[in-house]
Amino acid sequence: MTLVAAERPTPLRLVDQFQLGLDAPICLTWELTYACNLACVHCLSSSGRRDPNELSTAECKRLIDEFERMQIFYVNIGGGEPTIRSDFWELVDYATAHHVGVKFSTNGSRITPEVAQRLASSDYVDVQISLDGATPEVNDAVRGAGSFDTAVRAMERMAAAGFVGFKLSVVITRQNVSQLDAFQALADRYRAQLRLTRLRPSGRGADVWDELHPTAEQQRTLYEWLLAHGEQVLTGDSFFHLAGYGESLPGLNLCGAGRVVCLVDPVGDVYACPFAIHDEFLAGNVRSPGGFDRVWKSSALFCDLRRPETGGACASCGSYDACRGGCMAAKFFTGLPLDGPDPECVLGHGEPRLAAVGDTIPPRPSPDHSRRPRGPAAPVAVALLPRRPNRAGDEHPLAAAGAAHHPH
Amino acid sequence: MPPTVPTGTTDFDPSLPWALHPQVSLRPESFGALAYHFGTRRLSFLKSPTLLAVVSSLATQPTGRDACTAAGVAADELPTYERALATLAESGMICERSAS
Repeated sequence: MTLVAAERPTPLRLVDQFQLGLDAPICLTWELTYACNLACVHCLSSSGRRDPNELSTAECKRLIDEFERMQIFYVNIGGGEPTIRSDFWELVDYATAHHVGVKFSTNGSRITPEVAQRLASSDYVDVQISLDGATPEVNDAVRGAGSFDTAVRAMERMAAAGFVGFKLSVVITRQNVSQLDAFQALADRYRAQLRLTRLRPSGRGADVWDELHPTAEQQRTLYEWLLAHGEQVLTGDSFFHLAGYGESLPGLNLCGAGRVVCLVDPVGDVYACPFAIHDEFLAGNVRSPGGFDRVWKSSALFCDLRRPETGGACASCGSYDACRGGCMAAKFFTGLPLDGPDPECVLGHGEPRLAAVGDTIPPRPSPDHSRRPRGPAAPVAVALLPRRPNRAGDEHPLAAAGAAHHPH
Repeated sequence: MPPTVPTGTTDFDPSLPWALHPQVSLRPESFGALAYHFGTRRLSFLKSPTLLAVVSSLATQPTGRDACTAAGVAADELPTYERALATLAESGMICERSAS
């Protein structure tokens, strides 16, 4: 994005202005279904099975009408695997006809040559193909057997149809951070743009975060790689916690949750961000009187998030202005207080606090639409088990079959 | 098909007629406006209400400079606003139109 300055500066810096919220989100993530043909170990939305209460086609269209009235330029559609919905293309067409652009995330399984052709001929639809390893070994361990080939086949079809600049979307993990150049080469090969996002301990990601999140040293590597690649690589502003190293990465560098972004889930629940599917961050439902507009403008949660922050335990840190304390969801799901450092604080302030959390059980993500039970199954068992047992004797989470899909 | 390269012209000449690119939408905000280009998928922030007024009136003013003046930009502020318009032209948000 571009900042176009003009003389008389606004009384507030733009970042402070955004902190206070806007009349409508700049960017909105809309998960259309919890159904997914994959079962990625780190799925943010714990997707798998469709929820019987998902918004109907008519309700989705009413919501699109609202987005149009609020002048939300585009929505990031995800899931689950959104293309599984039988009305997916109908909704895409409806949105673009109503001046709401669509960028959708997919694992590529339904990108046939015909679909690729159709996408290539549309001005208002963009596509993100998810891939979490530049090799089948690394990718399939997270996203499931065969998912690398599926994604690459989809990219081949997009390129063959002449769709230039679709997105290759990668969640950075301990296992793939050494493949940054290989991801870039893959993107270049199919004339795609690389998009890297941060692994969050959200959804099923909470179960595997310990094993998958990058080490401190890897974060540094990633930071330097991102600085070197500038605006050529998209990040969805997800690495603003790395600004604590010194230089800001391109983008807004703030947590936009409930201020400039939010999530609408398949049953119409509105959460502060795609990484915070938990009652604690639930602002309301689009089916309630006043619809999405009222939730966005006047829910107690969003009004609270828009109040100026003090920085809490981070206030005295010289880097607070750069990293703004990091990611709310990452803190919440690792059991850290929201007004303290990010668990991956680049200055190392998160680690002692994580150690202090110890065996206390952090909040469990909710709801869960996984196709098979995961981790400790019953609530009672959850209470009895430390959340992160030594997994030496367990089935390694990365050995689990399947993959799902991250929306953002 | 989404072009990744901005479709705008190269240099901004304030003595020519300009207009918002037909694929760009403006959303007024308290700080100015958000501008979104559906073709390039780029988002820009217009950081003052005056700049929004300038951009909104481009299509109805004979030249870029006239649009600035009509929006109340003082002579000593013109270079700043022309630079802002040049940035918008560079990213394809505004484009030259044929004189009417």
